[in-house]
Amino acid sequence: MTARPDLDALPAIPRDDEGPVFRAPWQAQAFAMAVSLHERGAFTWKEWAKRLADEIATARERGEVDDGRRYYHDWLAALEKLVAEKQLLRADELTRRKDEWERAARETPHGKPIELRPTAS
Amino acid sequence: MSDRHHHHQHHDHDDDRPRAHDAPLSDVELRVRALESLLVDKGLVDRAALDALVDTYETKVGPRNGARIVARAWIDPEFRRRLLENATEAIAELGYIGRQGEDMVALENTRDVHNMVVCTLCSCYPWPVLGLPPVWYKSAPYRSRAVIDPRGVLREFGVDVGADVEVRIWDSTAELRYLVLPERPPGTEGMSEEELAALVTRDAMIGVAKVPSPAPPSARGAKR
Repeated sequence: MTARPDLDALPAIPRDDEGPVFRAPWQAQAFAMAVSLHERGAFTWKEWAKRLADEIATARERGEVDDGRRYYHDWLAALEKLVAEKQLLRADELTRRKDEWERAARETPHGKPIELRPTAS
Repeated sequence: MSDRHHHHQHHDHDDDRPRAHDAPLSDVELRVRALESLLVDKGLVDRAALDALVDTYETKVGPRNGARIVARAWIDPEFRRRLLENATEAIAELGYIGRQGEDMVALENTRDVHNMVVCTLCSCYPWPVLGLPPVWYKSAPYRSRAVIDPRGVLREFGVDVGADVEVRIWDSTAELRYLVLPERPPGTEGMSEEELAALVTRDAMIGVAKVPSPAPPSARGAKR
């Protein structure tokens, strides 16, 4: 389908011989977003690798244990910052959308899929 | 209609942060949903492309652990008994432990009962055992239709469950997750545990497929 992302360029990504390894579905989604945005030309892979490495270094300075468990937390934080910096999305849009999801999740009775209804804003 | 829907209280299922029990999505999950839905809305990424990427890697968590559990249960009656009595402990025996402390329950498929697993709320799924959930498992149509019309969904997966077979739908939660122990197919007598494990598919362990008899590759059905 698409060219394989250059995983070797990334700092210590949890992986095996065939590719990245995830601990939870959201991690695979976060992975896919970065790869997809890069394929669409939103940023270069080098830019991404640098941004991610910075995020991990900052986390390490905060005293985070570097055992890979927080890798995709750092990944997501780096991605949020990069899309804001590239002016693809605004930080306040993200915050608002997150609140909408939270509300949708809380208001969804068990047995119904959580979906975001379009809101007039 | 003998189909039953086993319903459980749902709680959150993120891996590393305790939260209020009434919040079905964790903070990182909300952030991922926010980012993803905005990027899709703005046409910056394509939802189908994202799904395809996730699909490519969906087997990459706990790759074949579940298949080994099933194969062991087929050849070792004592293990099978322990698995059905207390799956969490039996699975731990093999060294597979859920990171989130969730309990596992094994559901035995027989000639009379077909078990199928769904999470109708937010796709809870035993990753350590089954790997990442397939994209369709998380889709709204699968989740809602599995409850309303399980036989129809099964037919779409190519599984015809006879009218005399009871279909049980199990709704997984953060604390309780299910592994379907499929029927051992005929024609596998004398196969080794490893050979058996290679036959067991992820879909069979969710309960949307049967384990096929070993056959020439050309005779095997295409897997969805």
